[in-house]
Amino acid sequence: MNAAPLRRPAALALVLLALTAGLCLIGLAVGSAGWEPLRSGAGEAAAAILWEIRLPRTLGAWFAGALLGLAGAVAQGLFRNPLADPYLLGSATGAAFGVAALLVVLGASPAAASGWGARLGMTGAAFAGAVLAVLLTLGLARGVQQTLRLLLAGVVVGMVFGAFAALLMFWAPEIMRTMQAFLLGTTGFLGWPGVGVLAAVFGATLAVALACSRALDGLVLGEATAASLGVALGPVRLLLVGVMALATGGAVAQVGLIAFIGLVAPHLVRAAVRPTHGWLLPLSALAGGVLLLAADVLARFLLAPRELPVGVLTAVLGGGYLLWLMHRRPL
Amino acid sequence: MSGPVFVAQDLRVTLGAAEVLHGIDLALPAARWTCIVGPNGAGKTTLLKALAHLLPHRGRVQFMGRDTALWPRRELARQRAWLGQGESGAADLLARDVVMLGRLPHQPWLAAASTDDHAAVAAAMRQTQSWDWRNRALGSLSGGERQRVLLARALAVQAKVLLMDEPLANLDPPHQSDWLRIVRDHVGAGGTVVSVLHELTMALHADELVIMAAGRVAHQGDCADPATHRALAEVFGGRVAVHALAGQWVALPRIDGSGA
Repeated sequence: MNAAPLRRPAALALVLLALTAGLCLIGLAVGSAGWEPLRSGAGEAAAAILWEIRLPRTLGAWFAGALLGLAGAVAQGLFRNPLADPYLLGSATGAAFGVAALLVVLGASPAAASGWGARLGMTGAAFAGAVLAVLLTLGLARGVQQTLRLLLAGVVVGMVFGAFAALLMFWAPEIMRTMQAFLLGTTGFLGWPGVGVLAAVFGATLAVALACSRALDGLVLGEATAASLGVALGPVRLLLVGVMALATGGAVAQVGLIAFIGLVAPHLVRAAVRPTHGWLLPLSALAGGVLLLAADVLARFLLAPRELPVGVLTAVLGGGYLLWLMHRRPL
Repeated sequence: MSGPVFVAQDLRVTLGAAEVLHGIDLALPAARWTCIVGPNGAGKTTLLKALAHLLPHRGRVQFMGRDTALWPRRELARQRAWLGQGESGAADLLARDVVMLGRLPHQPWLAAASTDDHAAVAAAMRQTQSWDWRNRALGSLSGGERQRVLLARALAVQAKVLLMDEPLANLDPPHQSDWLRIVRDHVGAGGTVVSVLHELTMALHADELVIMAAGRVAHQGDCADPATHRALAEVFGGRVAVHALAGQWVALPRIDGSGA
């Protein structure tokens, strides 16, 4: 093993916060035609673009990434598996299915679904889908004791829900365009209502996850040891599965399927410091926010004036990271 | 403390479809070191886990005179510490953070570690001579070093009763002797130790042996008692014999092939 430098978690938090601030500024300065900084004094239209399009999109991308990073850190701690991630447990596809079902019911386009009510409704549908998928995965795996069973069950559930979502698109072609953008993952439809929902979900899930951080620490030595230390495994597991489903559902409902952020963010944090969960959870959220915001800026910038769906970019970059990880240490 | 620490009555445990413990009646004395031995698959670990209230079971288990199910979770966690077999994971945690986990039952919800906690962690790590690598990640330690950190984790609970499943795994002979000294000190200070050991010669250093075979207790008795030695030879099919050597009991394999 490498003797990684053991920097202080607080220093890493400061670095990530500085990166967040810097990327926010860049995000505000990158538009559909590439680099085009706007000052709010530059007229009505410029101010509108800045306040109604770029700012919510930038903030929303950060919150969505933070939710995914948090969900990944919770999943990895809860299932004691460094490869656990909202996607591998089927919860993200479950959330996508929930959104597809709601879109069929509403018959709505993404533009029509940008109000507060629609945003909340989509978040609720995504949460319900995510919870359903996680419960199915846990049921098929008969609990979380056997990691391989759990991951395989997650793959099966993910595939079945993906097929169901595709079936809904096949039956109701009017949702096809919306769902397509959604399945690729995009920050393009983020408005203030979406940002508000993301921020609220982030605050709630982070608070609950932090309240369970000691229990997650206890779990690293196995369930028997955690139980012997007085951790109430049943309620903690239920709460944390709920946190994971809500964080995933909240993010997926606003930005679609964005892969690998949840997997990669905790890994990057652990590569830099050796934190307990009290630090790992917020640091993973910060790292997830930075990652998605950076990917979003890059996706807007690379092919400007055309836009690359950010999910495609994170999938390519995250896949590369996973391959490198496999190469570096046998899994 | 008077009376037995653990009392089991008609204790039965089913794992999957198979019943692993078939109605065990047992009383383990306080302020003594009891060692559970037996052939592979006899149910040693299962018995220890059931006593520690870490497995669903039928029948009755009393700990310090009270049914284990009636103990408040955190109070039970402060009274008995558990060291499991092959505790994996935690590769990314620092050794001192791992040992600090042993203070979990003492810490109020979300409160930072107190000076007592830090003192307990330092004392436990010094006791197992793992203090020097307190700032290294668990995953970067060798098997024996890791085992000493995990032992310190169990000691940091500062529980009266220590339950240990195969605690000598990966320890080299000098650290096996250290482990014996730690156990003796603990018992000398009025504590109780219950351990599962597969190495019979180490197990014979205990005060008392519980000899298991096929999910039942075959014999319980003092380590110096010839009846215990005979029972030991019997459950191992006459393929081991206990001898006195240099003031210690040692179990040696019988290789004449004739059996008992």
